Amino acid sequence: MPEPMGFFTDTTVCIGCKACEVACKEWNQLPAANGGIGELSGDSYDNTRKLDGIHWRHVRFIEQFKAPYDGRWLMMSDVCKHCVQAGCLEVCPTGAIIRTEFDTVVIQSDVCNGCRACIAACPFGVIDINPVSGTAQKCTLCYDRLKVGLEPACSKACPTDSIQFGAITELRSRAQKRVDQLKAQGVQAELYGADPQGPLGGLNSFYLLVDKPEVYGLPRHPKLPSRNLGKSASFSAASAAVLGLLALVGLRKRRMEEVGHV
Amino acid sequence: MSDTFFTGAPHWTWFIVPYFFIGGLAGGAYFLAALLELFGTPEDRPVVRAGYDLAAVGAILSGALLTIDLGQPLRFWHMLFQSANFPAVMFKGWSPISFGAWAILLFGLFSVLSALGARAEEGRLRNPALLAVGSAVRGGLGKLVSAVGGLLGIFVAGYTGILLSVTNRPIWADSAWLGALFLASGVSTGAAALILLAPRRGATERSLEWLSSFDTKALVVELLVLAAFIASLGSLNRVWVSFWGLLLLVGVVGFGILEPLRLHARRRPLASAAKLVLLGGFLLRLATMLASEGIDRYRVAAGL
Ligand code: SF4
Ligand code: SF4
Repeated sequence: MPEPMGFFTDTTVCIGCKACEVACKEWNQLPAANGGIGELSGDSYDNTRKLDGIHWRHVRFIEQFKAPYDGRWLMMSDVCKHCVQAGCLEVCPTGAIIRTEFDTVVIQSDVCNGCRACIAACPFGVIDINPVSGTAQKCTLCYDRLKVGLEPACSKACPTDSIQFGAITELRSRAQKRVDQLKAQGVQAELYGADPQGPLGGLNSFYLLVDKPEVYGLPRHPKLPSRNLGKSASFSAASAAVLGLLALVGLRKRRMEEVGHV
Repeated sequence: MSDTFFTGAPHWTWFIVPYFFIGGLAGGAYFLAALLELFGTPEDRPVVRAGYDLAAVGAILSGALLTIDLGQPLRFWHMLFQSANFPAVMFKGWSPISFGAWAILLFGLFSVLSALGARAEEGRLRNPALLAVGSAVRGGLGKLVSAVGGLLGIFVAGYTGILLSVTNRPIWADSAWLGALFLASGVSTGAAALILLAPRRGATERSLEWLSSFDTKALVVELLVLAAFIASLGSLNRVWVSFWGLLLLVGVVGFGILEPLRLHARRRPLASAAKLVLLGGFLLRLATMLASEGIDRYRVAAGL
């Protein structure tokens, strides 16, 4: 059994070139958006805007400008987090979503029937339907490449090594060193998803951020959907019991009145 | 900001909203029919039969809507059996969409059986095979079928709300009350549909009287649960400063709950109150589902 593998993304060295996005699309043969007709977002230099069924990598631009010449760009190459406890895998009713020998999370397109439960379950808004297959799709962490000993297409293409691929334990220690280095330079840096005791048992694709997670469009405390199951089921059972009782009491009252009439 | 705002919308819209309404109504109608079958009087039989019919039609429609909504409709059976290991069963007890698929299938089976029993009772079955089945589902076996079917019915009425809560989506996963809310609405719309349909099957005044007095109580329960739902959302309630909030307040609370309660209190006219309850039940699904559908991660992050 191979070690758990994944990505460490150091957002401080991302230059927003989108080579990873292109490499991902090319390797995975993902169709162009909008039939290939270019569409500008109109409010950002980023025109991809989000992860979905045909964008498994997305370089997010965070344009923090208060006034001209007063601001900064944050860039982050976003992808499926390959959660150790994955919400998508938890709810999938067809068993299409599996955990692989590399501890990554993969959707088997020939099993998925497009019910879209996983889209609502993912805490990070990663998955969407690929209109070509009619099924839910997302990053596979290049399962096909890993199988034959290649590294994923995106990290291979990244010219600054912002995306680093490797064994999770090794990536974690490398990431910690980078945080220490940045802190020594006075930069506010924190790791997101690197802690195996943290939310979702850790993320196999984790990040180094220099601002709050929300700024990057990441939830602070991602959770599993099943957290609501017990409470929601108990409230429903209680309301069923109340309604059933009300119905029975009504029937009983009616019967009593009937007896009274006779 | 709630963590649920960083997720993507599942596009459960034009087939799933009607399914949630029809499934809830069918489940509620069967539940009431089963209660009348088990604890009512012979004079309630027309309502019982109408309830089973309604449930059977509703369950079949529900299955159709669910299937059409899939990205790959021909693979609907992947939810029931493991596609690579057929006939090994596919079932996840912790995933509402998984146990819901089984519940809808079994509920459909039981409601069709009961509907056949009801038709046999009315002497409306010609086909010998169907007649044999219909005649079997009477007496003791009929009662057993309706007891199990009634439980399945109330389950189908409520699990859809649980399904929404067991996600990471705004509003849905931010409250644990949606299951209870949809369940109460399913039962009240089931009663309303029976008030409208049962007279054609010969329902007596007394049966209708009971239905309407029960519907009044169900509407009060629904209103209380709705209040609990809103209270549990806390600061998130600002999502209702929108068209969907207006719909919830005016359509669901005003026309769907308070106005029918007022009509019931005046004891007349039953049918207009029932129609309003049906409208309110549909708008409840529409507002709660589409309010969340409209919120998408990238818009939130971009401050749109
Ligand atoms: S990030 Fe979302 S899609 Fe990826 S494994 Fe986690 S829950 Fe699944
Ligand atoms: S859309 Fe496909 S992968 Fe997602 S939950 Fe449904 S069957 Fe599973």
